[in-house]
Amino acid sequence: MSEKNVQELERKSIQYRKKILSIIKAANSGHTGGSLSAVDILNVLYNEVLNVSPDTFQDLNRDRYIQSKGHSVEVLYVVLADRGFYDEADLDTLNQYQSHFIGHPTRKVNGVEQNTGALGHGLPIAVGTALAAKKDGRSYRVFTLLGDGELEEGSNWEASMSAAHYQLDNLTVIIDYNKLQISGPVETVTGITNLKEKFTAFGYAVREVDGNSIEDLLEVFSHLPFESGKPNLILAHTTKGKGVSFIENQVNWHHHVPTDAEFSIAMEELDAAKLALGERNGTW
Amino acid sequence: MEPGKPNLVVFAETLQALAQSDKEILVVTSDSRGSGKLEPFAKALPEQLVEVGIAEQNLVGISAGLAASGKKVFGVSPACFLTARGLEQIKNDVAYSDNLVKLVGISAGVSYGALGTTHHSLHDFAALQAINNIDIVVPADNFETQKVIETAVSHPKPLYIRFGKKAMPHLHQPDTPFEIGKAITLSEGADVTFIAIGETVAEAVEASQLLAQQRIAAGVISMHTLKPLDKEAVLKAALFTKALITVEEHSVYGGLGSTVASLLMDAQVYLPFKAVGFPDEYTVTGSQTEIFSHYGISPDGLAETAQQLLTGVLTA
Ligand SMILES: [Mg+2]
Repeated sequence: MSEKNVQELERKSIQYRKKILSIIKAANSGHTGGSLSAVDILNVLYNEVLNVSPDTFQDLNRDRYIQSKGHSVEVLYVVLADRGFYDEADLDTLNQYQSHFIGHPTRKVNGVEQNTGALGHGLPIAVGTALAAKKDGRSYRVFTLLGDGELEEGSNWEASMSAAHYQLDNLTVIIDYNKLQISGPVETVTGITNLKEKFTAFGYAVREVDGNSIEDLLEVFSHLPFESGKPNLILAHTTKGKGVSFIENQVNWHHHVPTDAEFSIAMEELDAAKLALGERNGTW
Repeated sequence: MEPGKPNLVVFAETLQALAQSDKEILVVTSDSRGSGKLEPFAKALPEQLVEVGIAEQNLVGISAGLAASGKKVFGVSPACFLTARGLEQIKNDVAYSDNLVKLVGISAGVSYGALGTTHHSLHDFAALQAINNIDIVVPADNFETQKVIETAVSHPKPLYIRFGKKAMPHLHQPDTPFEIGKAITLSEGADVTFIAIGETVAEAVEASQLLAQQRIAAGVISMHTLKPLDKEAVLKAALFTKALITVEEHSVYGGLGSTVASLLMDAQVYLPFKAVGFPDEYTVTGSQTEIFSHYGISPDGLAETAQQLLTGVLTA
């Protein structure tokens, strides 16, 4: 990947962040912090890693992405629109009466693999999906994104045991490790620590990356599978609310909607970041 | 009634026969291959059995993922754990996501008898009926069990199948038509009709024979499908007969009885009615048969309920 392409993806992340804030503002609801946190992960997945497109979405051999942290649905909707799964204008209906674009992923929206939203569900489904590939000798890969607070749900650990037992090296679990959950720092809520050791003990091949670095993400995904016969786990250290100074690392921005003033400052900050990338303003 | 096998055994045999010629069929178990009589299946078709360990949430979630990838998945676990521990997964990953898993609740109701309430499932009809997009079938005998398993393979909706583990008498001729959602009328009776489900149907058949000796004409309907309920069969019985009795191995809340009652009221059909099931109390201790009998789910108990219900009706 050339430096220019990395910069292009970085510019895309900024556009995605602007769009996320815009649709949350328009809908007057949404999960702001967690969506901004996961932008770079979904950016790299959908633009560089996943073998899936609107044309191949029904293909049995497509790569699957299952978003277990369903509340961060805005980032998924924005990225899928950008990838051409539907019109960008559809995003204006977010959370409106009779819209399919509801506050958690649903298969009524083109490109969404599974209905998620209750936590601790994506990984077991991903394990079943990856196991089916092994049974059928298919080469598709399965990716699932989990929140760090979500790891408190025991079903994740049940599924992890199965992932290792069935040697699902076609499965990649990504933890959006932003260290916050709705009531505060994850460490103070449950004292969840030593995630690398825990996942390693459960049989994963674990890699740690800066989950808000396009370059790091591109690099880590290029090494899949990390070890033959082991499920892959990427501990992606992220910043909740990434990209907007006053949203970053703020617990109360879990599902806070920006005021008019906050929104315009956020747009200014993101535009400035884009200029700093040395690119002219483009339309996304 | 001719004695038959446990429905559990017929389930395992039928599924193995189907899976032998259809490699897309998978069984997912939660350390339940023994209790599911699936040891022969595991031996004959090891590649078609997925073991997830004692983890029912995992069982349902993994089953959903397999089904989403084109597999014909039977998730098999004791009904008590499957539909309580795994309820959110059933609601979201199977029903809401429309992943065509066939969930099989074994040793259902009070089949585990003296093992107690932790091992009973008297809540599952109520819990699953209230969830959109999952059908519920409860076979009464070996014939219905074989038919529902055969039908399940290509059933176009998520499905919950539930049965027990004791030997059941044969109730049907082998050429009886079977369709999910279509009740089977075993006998017609002008005085009273039992609408029964699952392992209580055999009790109702015997009760109808006792009643015949007392010149009370009692009919029996095997309502093997709880959802979608065969409304036509219920309303037809309500017109044909003077009183209706529902019988089920389930709480009286949210199962067959309350569903039939609500259907009758909605249709403005009024007649003497009794829902026989498990009252809202700490379930008595004993074997399945003893517990059935304690709550009036026995030939004698059901015949007596019919007589009481018909008091004043037959002479009027
Ligand atoms: Mg978090």
